[in-house]
Amino acid sequence: MRFLRRFLIRLSNFATRRSADQRLQDEIAEHLALQIEENLSAGMVPAEARRQARLKLGAAEAIREDHHAEQSLPFVENLFQDLRFAVRMLLRSPGFSLIVIATIALGVGATTAIYSVIDATLLHPLPYPHPSEMVRLEANLPGVGAHDIGISIPELKDLQNSGIFQYVSLSFYGTNNLTGSTQPASISSKSVSPSYFAVLGVNAQLGRTWDPHDATPGFLPDVVISDGLWKREFGADPHILGKSLRLDNDVYHVMGVMPAGFRDQGQTSDERSTDMWAAAGFYGDPAPPPMRSTRFPFEAVARLQPGLSPEAAQGRLDALVASLKKQYPADYPSQGAWTIHLTPLAETLVGKVRQSLILLFGAVALVLLISCVNVANLLLARASARGREMAVRQALGAARTRLISQLLTESLLLFVLGGITGVAVLFCARKFLLQFVPESLPRLNDISISWGVLAFAIVVSVAAGTIFGLAPAWLTSRLDLNAALRQEGRGSNGSRKRSRLRHALVIGELALSLVLMIAAGLLLRSFWDLFKVQLGFNPTRVVAIETSLPNPNDPTTDIYHTATQEAVLLREVLRRNRTIPGVEETAVSDRAAIPLGHSQNDRRGVPLFREGQEAQSNQPPLIDTSTVSPEYFHVLGMTLLRGRLFVDQDAENTPLVAVINQAAARVYWPGKDGKGEDPVGKRVHLLGRLGRARPDWTTIVGVIADARTESLADAGTPQIYLDIYQRPAKFLAFYVRGQVDPAAISAQVRTQLQAVDAELPVFRAETLNDVLASSLSVRRFSMEMVALFAATALLLAGLGIYGTISFLVNEQSREIAIRLALGAQRSNILRMVLRQGLTLAAAGTGVGMVGALVVSHLMAGLLFGVSPYDLLTFAGVTVVLTAVAIASSYIPALRAMRLDPITTLHAE
Amino acid sequence: MCLPMKEKPDVLQGTLALMVLKTLDVLGPQHGYGIARRIEQISGDVLAVNQGTLYPLLLKLEHEGSIASEWGASENNRRARFYRLTVTGRKQLQTETRDWKQTAAIIARFFEVKAEDLP
Repeated sequence: MRFLRRFLIRLSNFATRRSADQRLQDEIAEHLALQIEENLSAGMVPAEARRQARLKLGAAEAIREDHHAEQSLPFVENLFQDLRFAVRMLLRSPGFSLIVIATIALGVGATTAIYSVIDATLLHPLPYPHPSEMVRLEANLPGVGAHDIGISIPELKDLQNSGIFQYVSLSFYGTNNLTGSTQPASISSKSVSPSYFAVLGVNAQLGRTWDPHDATPGFLPDVVISDGLWKREFGADPHILGKSLRLDNDVYHVMGVMPAGFRDQGQTSDERSTDMWAAAGFYGDPAPPPMRSTRFPFEAVARLQPGLSPEAAQGRLDALVASLKKQYPADYPSQGAWTIHLTPLAETLVGKVRQSLILLFGAVALVLLISCVNVANLLLARASARGREMAVRQALGAARTRLISQLLTESLLLFVLGGITGVAVLFCARKFLLQFVPESLPRLNDISISWGVLAFAIVVSVAAGTIFGLAPAWLTSRLDLNAALRQEGRGSNGSRKRSRLRHALVIGELALSLVLMIAAGLLLRSFWDLFKVQLGFNPTRVVAIETSLPNPNDPTTDIYHTATQEAVLLREVLRRNRTIPGVEETAVSDRAAIPLGHSQNDRRGVPLFREGQEAQSNQPPLIDTSTVSPEYFHVLGMTLLRGRLFVDQDAENTPLVAVINQAAARVYWPGKDGKGEDPVGKRVHLLGRLGRARPDWTTIVGVIADARTESLADAGTPQIYLDIYQRPAKFLAFYVRGQVDPAAISAQVRTQLQAVDAELPVFRAETLNDVLASSLSVRRFSMEMVALFAATALLLAGLGIYGTISFLVNEQSREIAIRLALGAQRSNILRMVLRQGLTLAAAGTGVGMVGALVVSHLMAGLLFGVSPYDLLTFAGVTVVLTAVAIASSYIPALRAMRLDPITTLHAE
Repeated sequence: MCLPMKEKPDVLQGTLALMVLKTLDVLGPQHGYGIARRIEQISGDVLAVNQGTLYPLLLKLEHEGSIASEWGASENNRRARFYRLTVTGRKQLQTETRDWKQTAAIIARFFEVKAEDLP
């Protein structure tokens, strides 16, 4: 209580700068006067009386200081004093200060940049209320190795009634043709259950969303649109509600508009920019009757009951699954071992990117560490030069803690200024930097410098400043006063500990740089190998232009319902495309056949029944299918190995044909004794989507060589290609090969296409090379970043060596001068200094190797085609580092060599 | 008779504060010099030198609210700052006096027990 009162009085004194010093002076003067009087009356002479009085009173300055300490806040005053002095010191050596601030800015800026990406992507992946309640449901048949087989309508109803979830919704992402505006447009849309927005927990800004318990079997007549679509296509029309749209030739009405900042959840950026949502029960026309075993290959998302943890929910879900299996044994054969697995939605969205981001953060943290070590080194070097100043201060009575706090304030000031500069640069350059981030990164739009990120930057700066400023401060304030004051400002025995520390720091820096460089080297080689891998197809000079045919709810209104109807359209468009100047060949396929350019939804495994092999009750294997025109294989440069490709004679009314690749032949017709069966001529039976079985058998007519059309890292995924003139597809891609201008080709193809059917949209014209490049974009980004960090680390390490050797030469300048005077060869001096540099480099490399081996082992999962212990990379990096070390030591070595012994010895 | 000179500063500060309060209690309002003389006389060597250390202590006591000060006229009509005990100070003095006496009694008993032989 008393302490608090004192503190408050001191605080107010400090704030108002009131000083009781004058009062003290008066009191002391009075005290002395009285004492002198008494001394005089006791018989002393006046001079003696005054002297005795002073002695009795004690040290006046000490009294004043104690008095002052009592009436104000010495801690805060000292802090301000230290700050003022620190600022003066900073301004006195501007070059040094700038280098330090720049180094810190680099380290903190880079770390903060990566952290902001992590903050937006991993830490806050879902911008919806109570994101931890949102889960994704996946049904699996582990017994036959099938994953994500989808959910049927009766199962959906069971889930909704189970009490585990507040709401459950199916969702299917696709595109629709929007007609009625100036140009037919293709918009990304989702077909969902009416409870979808209840699952997300978001309401419309205008109008409303559907009743979550709506039980309409088919498509509801009302749709919800995004704010972006509202502004783009309808000019933010205030009377949008109730307006009718034609989507794939079906009529709908706008019921609500989503808020401006709203983004749908999804793994691709296309899904996240969904412009329209339509709801359906999925068991009326045109959907098949809702049988338990008719599973939809849709995504299922749900919101858990509040307070229910995912683990507890999974337990209850398992119980539900078990009871359903008992109730309907016919629909859940025990061989399949049907289960439903729930994963938090956030996890599914960022899971793939997490590894890359953590790697990046590790790399950038190393850079930060290196720059801090560099700065600590510089601070130590400069602090040695201030040995005299410290000694004088201590001799005058400064406590060691005061000295340490002084030096700590100086380094904290530098670090905080560096941190602020780094964040400021980041802020100004953010638009420029965001260009480099790959499009596929989730939450791209939300990467910004938020308060959390700013706080991170401050914490990092202060922590780094404290840690890396404390050691130099501690060491500098520990002095042998006599030695320091007498003569030696530079390097004597007393500073040996300091030199050892500085050498250790440089070695640490070198080791860290080595680790970074090896990581970068491995990633670079990995990327290069991936880039150079044999594709199996030829993407050069091919452009793919996408379009989509309308998919109305009522099949009788669909003019492209049968294969023959669609074939007419396709043949005509292909013919017209061939007339475009520069075009040599054309082809068409469905979207799933675009090499490396299709998303998850486009390609789902279809059950494959091989004649004579699969009995009806077994769960058949799943195979990726796509539908192509006969010219496709030639346009893409895929080689035929056996049999034949499609010909014009294959049509809807002739036997169905298919072409498979080598991997499919190997996996599904393995034959005996290692010799494969010839699959040409074998017949298979493919179940189409939505459980509609095709009544006819399909004959395999040809085998093509494997091509990396699914993923560059995967050599052979089994594929089966069907003839587009036999099985129609709605989402198409037209290919043109030749000397075409990618910018103009889209308009040219659109003209030709719309000459046949004016209501078909054309979008996304990309060269296949571009498609290839974007599939690599995340890897490329990681690689570029790590390489950048490695280069920075190398630069910093080089600077570190240069600084250390420079300082060593300075310290040893007397020794060197004496040696030269006694007749040593200058080249010997050069060699001596270089040797010191090389020793440091060797030590750094040795330590770094160990670290590098550990890190590369951890990184093994990200590498392709190169071993984590690749000799070439390790050797190459060592050579580079050694070269840099020699180069950095060379300049100080030259300086040492050119010392004039006479001037040097005189100067001391 | 002399108090041990090697006391730690904070112990000395604590006892010095008590002495100041008691002095003001007995003598009434006093200036700094008067308090110093009185303590020197009674306690012997404690405040024989470094009498100036009294002033920061007086400021501390004033901030704590135990004493109050104002300018006044000293014996020879000079301007001096007079300190007096406040109500809070008086209460604090009483409490601390009681604590000291208790402590002293316990220690004394301890020494007595040592002299006798316990059965």
